[in-house]
Amino acid sequence: MTTLDSSPAIEAGPVLDATIGAGDGALVRVPAGGRLRIVDLFGNQAADTLLYDADDIDNRYSAFDTIREQQAVFLTTGSRLLSTRLDELAVITDDTVGRHDTIGGACAQESNVIRYGEHVRHQHACRQTFLAYGAAAGIGQRELGHNINFFMNVPVTPAGGLQFDDGLSAPGKYVELTASRDLLVLLSNCPQLNNPCNGWDPTPLQLQGWWS
Amino acid sequence: MALYTHEVPGGAAWSTPVKAGRLVTLTALGDDANCSVLLVGADRVDRMNIPDTLKAQMSARILPPMVLMSDRGLALASVVASTLDWHDCLGGFGHDAHLARFGASSYQADRNAWRRAARTGLVSELTKHGLGERDLHAPVNFFSRVAIGEDGSSLAFVPGHARAGDTVTLRTEQDLLLVLSTALHPMSAADLPAGVRVDVELAPAVGTDDASYTFRAESARALEMTRRAVA
Ligand SMILES: [Zn+2]
Repeated sequence: MTTLDSSPAIEAGPVLDATIGAGDGALVRVPAGGRLRIVDLFGNQAADTLLYDADDIDNRYSAFDTIREQQAVFLTTGSRLLSTRLDELAVITDDTVGRHDTIGGACAQESNVIRYGEHVRHQHACRQTFLAYGAAAGIGQRELGHNINFFMNVPVTPAGGLQFDDGLSAPGKYVELTASRDLLVLLSNCPQLNNPCNGWDPTPLQLQGWWS
Repeated sequence: MALYTHEVPGGAAWSTPVKAGRLVTLTALGDDANCSVLLVGADRVDRMNIPDTLKAQMSARILPPMVLMSDRGLALASVVASTLDWHDCLGGFGHDAHLARFGASSYQADRNAWRRAARTGLVSELTKHGLGERDLHAPVNFFSRVAIGEDGSSLAFVPGHARAGDTVTLRTEQDLLLVLSTALHPMSAADLPAGVRVDVELAPAVGTDDASYTFRAESARALEMTRRAVA
């Protein structure tokens, strides 16, 4: 027994507490050891997320290295989020949803046209948000790897099929990352209107961070 | 009409421009061959995007007549034929870490038989064309299969999936950069990587009755967007 509190930062309240409106995004610097919580305030809202080593943005999150090394398709508590160099960028240390997609990619104006037709060409899309918020850190088109879709449910089947299902998330559910090194977290609160990934109605997310 | 043939030995990497309207046939020269492939479009920026390819065609594997799509929603190539109905696109490329089980290897000790990971070869080939590490996207691992578990979640490599003589044929839909590695799949327990033969020939002209075009509305739209981009 000790008198030291093992999580004083939590008790002290978050150093970051922000709401990301529907269709908006953020670029957040999280220092090594810092905890970043993404809260699905209203349920069924995809949080498209990319991670970069803050000291070298070429060392970035790799969806397929991550799922191969954990030998499981979905991300949840304990998932080590690896880079294209197999460095551990962060670990999922808390998750009240249970599983999150990382093979479905982010929506883009161009992929929306392929999926839904020319009439959706000028709807807002995650990759616009990534490019807008990434620019300040030198993150452009070529720096966009394959992302995480927190709160999104994309089941794959033993027969090799894939589908987009209604999310498993619900209002107030959250996922928390602990940074293994200094990170840049690039986030798009998905504006997709054409499939159930946002419950057909994009809503705000909350970002909370604890670090010193 | 056959244009040329090139044999890539096991464990090697190679890249070449391929013009639009070509058939590129990969042939496994040994059992358990693996060919990790990246494609880059005519502008040498627009990369093959596996998540977009999968979600547009509702598949977690690559097989005919799927269209391989780019970051910017263009058809890069169509998979027009294969002796296998499953080519892995979830396992990524191999790293040096996956070669650790073989012990140290170097040019000095092993000459050209030294073991190099797919990632090393792919980055080297990308760099020759002014691209590099930052352009790494998920590859298709032709000839390999990673099984998806009954719970729809776990991943396990399937040994013995490809046999010598298995083939896959791509039709290029625009001028491409083809980048490939014949290193072992990162989840494979095989000992030696097999070589792959690349045959390039002129593709016959196709219309809107083509199998890749009629496969799905999404496939047709990707092909149509490429038709516009090269018009
Ligand atoms: Zn989106």
